[in-house]
Amino acid sequence: MDFFDRFAVPHPSFLIYASMVGIGLTMLAIVLGITYFKKWGYLWREWITTVDHKRIGIMYLLVALLMLFRGGVDAVMMRYQLSMPDNTFLDSQHYNEVFTTHGIVMILFMAMPFITFFFNYLIPLQIGARDVAFPRLNALSFWLFFMGMGLFNISFIVGGSPDAGWTSYFPLANNEFSPSVGTNYYMIAIQIAGLGTMISGINFITTILKMRAPGMKLMKMPMFTWSAFIANVIVVFAFPVLTVLLAMGTMDRLFGTNFFTTDNGGMDMLWANLFWVWGHPEVYILILPAFGLYSEIIATFARRNLYGYKSMVASMVVISVFSFLVWTHHFFTMGQGAFTNSIFSITTMAIAIPTGVKIFNWLFTLWKGKIVFTTPMLYSMLFIPLFTLGGVTGVMLAMSAADYQYHNTMFLVAHFHNVIIPGVVYAMIAGLTFYWPKMFGFMLNERIGKWTAWLMSVGFVLAFIPMYITGLDGQARRMYTYSESTGFSMLNMVSFIGAGIMAISFALLVYNIYYSIRYASRDIGNDPWDARSLEWATHTPVPEYNFAITPQVASTQAFWDAKKNGHELFKGKIEKIHMPNNSGWPFILGCIFFVFGFAMVFSIWPLAIVTLIGILGCLVYRSFEKDHGRYISVEEIEETEAKLRGAKK
Amino acid sequence: MKIKVKWALLTMIFTIATVLTGCEPLLVLDPKGPQAKTQADDIMLSIWLMSGIVIVVLAILVFVLIKYRASKQSDDYEPPHIEGSLLVEAICIGIPVIIVIFLSFVSVKSNYEVEATPAGYEDTKPLIVYASSSNWKWHFSYPEEDIETVNYLYIPAGRAIEFKLYSYGPITSFWIPQLGGQKYAMADMVTTLHLAADNPGELQGRNANFSGAGFAKNTFEVTAMSPTEFDEWVEEVHETAEPLTEEKFDELLEPGHLGRSTYTGTHLEFSPAPEHDHGSTESDSSHTKVESDHENHESSNSDEESDHANH
Repeated sequence: MDFFDRFAVPHPSFLIYASMVGIGLTMLAIVLGITYFKKWGYLWREWITTVDHKRIGIMYLLVALLMLFRGGVDAVMMRYQLSMPDNTFLDSQHYNEVFTTHGIVMILFMAMPFITFFFNYLIPLQIGARDVAFPRLNALSFWLFFMGMGLFNISFIVGGSPDAGWTSYFPLANNEFSPSVGTNYYMIAIQIAGLGTMISGINFITTILKMRAPGMKLMKMPMFTWSAFIANVIVVFAFPVLTVLLAMGTMDRLFGTNFFTTDNGGMDMLWANLFWVWGHPEVYILILPAFGLYSEIIATFARRNLYGYKSMVASMVVISVFSFLVWTHHFFTMGQGAFTNSIFSITTMAIAIPTGVKIFNWLFTLWKGKIVFTTPMLYSMLFIPLFTLGGVTGVMLAMSAADYQYHNTMFLVAHFHNVIIPGVVYAMIAGLTFYWPKMFGFMLNERIGKWTAWLMSVGFVLAFIPMYITGLDGQARRMYTYSESTGFSMLNMVSFIGAGIMAISFALLVYNIYYSIRYASRDIGNDPWDARSLEWATHTPVPEYNFAITPQVASTQAFWDAKKNGHELFKGKIEKIHMPNNSGWPFILGCIFFVFGFAMVFSIWPLAIVTLIGILGCLVYRSFEKDHGRYISVEEIEETEAKLRGAKK
Repeated sequence: MKIKVKWALLTMIFTIATVLTGCEPLLVLDPKGPQAKTQADDIMLSIWLMSGIVIVVLAILVFVLIKYRASKQSDDYEPPHIEGSLLVEAICIGIPVIIVIFLSFVSVKSNYEVEATPAGYEDTKPLIVYASSSNWKWHFSYPEEDIETVNYLYIPAGRAIEFKLYSYGPITSFWIPQLGGQKYAMADMVTTLHLAADNPGELQGRNANFSGAGFAKNTFEVTAMSPTEFDEWVEEVHETAEPLTEEKFDELLEPGHLGRSTYTGTHLEFSPAPEHDHGSTESDSSHTKVESDHENHESSNSDEESDHANH
């Protein structure tokens, strides 16, 4: 029995048992449902083995929405716990696990797959390509990410969740102070998911550099593609740091090395430094594609070209460089002295300059436009003032002497939610609403969509503005409770109400999807928003080869030129198209990685060694595999095109 | 829709206004010492400046949204193609650059202020207090007075205090909001925090950096008193308190919460702070003693570790 003891949850509670039952029943229902409807074959052929960037994108989207729900439940639980002084809803251990997983889930398993969904779905369409550069590697990225996500998420029912904060600072995260396997999950699950992200970073850079349509010079790429390019360059530079960091952390916890211990030559501050050398660029990996989406949406609904295209690109390049030069501002209080703090204080404030340029360019894009208030536009217009508020509080935090007072308080928590929610989350939902018709052939309901946006914003303001105030009143972050005498209770209750309203708005989003599936018109054509770039030039639904004829590009908004200025997009005649074959290899390798990760988390060495050999075996197999893809014949393309044209009108 | 914008904005402004001007001032904005004063001034300055920026952005946004919305324009209006203008871009970069330069200047100046003996107290001899954290307590050692307290701190008002911070365990952050901002306490080095209290009074202090299960209640009470009262208190402790032995201190280090307690002597004698100032020569003699003790301490540490391995 000793062997099985390790899988028990160290701090069980009613909530955890209830979720165990819930998860078990849901899994059972899914398995039974698929079996009953005889969909296993379909699932395997069309989704699990797919290398199509659009389908992989949609799988990322599903994971992101699922994780948004999970992270959201964590958030509401935290806000409820803090809504009253001396609340006993969660005990301190459980609260610590909840805020740790909330942070990791929201950043790495919600925001990251959400932007990767946009990368996957949009980049090939925007540059007029048939797929990404390495389609099978792309599938591997997804399955590694998926298995990392899965491994992380079973932690709270098998062995216990990580509880040292999403930053997992040592020595708190070492065995002495975090004896449960929770932090092992952190080290290994994020490692596996992170490998997936790094691979897709390389993949997207190659795709953008090598596979653009004829005529699309770098400075003629749509803004989202530019932002995706820069974000992926940051991925390729930042994620190796995370890989090394997590490997060192794993070795400290499992093999007794001394990288981050406080004696024997170890250095706990090294973790904090390396973590943020990755962690700060990471927030720009999230925000730059969001900026790209806003640029697409604002230009579309202002019915104007994006103002200051060149300075938009330049500002992102500057941001990407500066993102690596500011990490110390996460711990001004570590005692590195006035000189170091001054340097990082200035570099941090300097980032506000290119960011400000972007805000002004969006405002000038609206200038002399013809502004249509659709749901995606509404999110973008709410984003500008709310994000500006988050941005200026960032400048406040950058003043290092004052940061001694903001650090570790709710002020900081308010700030980063203030940039991430209006910045990233709004962009994701706006983008989802914007591209929904392209993906699924019908639009989401505008009325419900606008209600969602307004409710989310009211909820957001109520939930996070009070935190600025309690932060200045001395409420530290990550406290599971506080006493009545602190006077924090009223504002924390307001916060909880705001969180509740946000939860309702997300429920409304789900309802909108349901409502639109049932009632929305399917007769929307290929370009329902009157948009400007190439992804709208192809059919809805997008055929697997994207474009029957490779488009010709002459400006930053090729499709708009085709519509208004008589630019000819599709020259020449249809030829046979080379496409990659589906493969089960990425999924199988992902599964072996999952078992390997599980074995590492629980130090089951024989299993770890066997699966490691399996992983190497998979790599060797792939190296010798000969698969030259397949051709889609001209007749088949013509048939598909005729059908899609018919469906359109 | 417009009504909703106004409503949302009004709520926001109203909430901020009520609380900022509310009956009780926020701790950080109610400084009781020169360091906290510097920081509160910086905070208020940046709040005003940043509010200005937010208002400008909001004003431009509202203006363009009202003026250029589709319903106000004729159906055949075609928005022009505008690439961007060098002059406009230069202004959009220039003004933020000026603001950043100004704030950098303020920030750098304040950095040097908070990292030095508090302004106005340069000619007082600072009181040195070693503040060390263990799960989840604070130990305050007064080497010159030769006393030690747990979870409460008495300081003389009107005199610079030099805190030497370190930790027996996870990274913690020593924070007395009304005297000044926080600084980390870590296990393998000593950090220095300069504070001073202008007047006698009761203050709250806490560990601000998450350090595990008992973090929320990892607080301490601070009493600033007149120098004579402080001296009387020191004498009283010497008369009444028990000496701090190594066994007693190891007991105190056990994870958990404790009330206040007071001892004569400090733990620095048998469990010295992890100071690495190898450059200094003035305290050579004490150093050798310190080092030999250090070795003892390490051996006991490794015992503890082997215990852990057996678990």
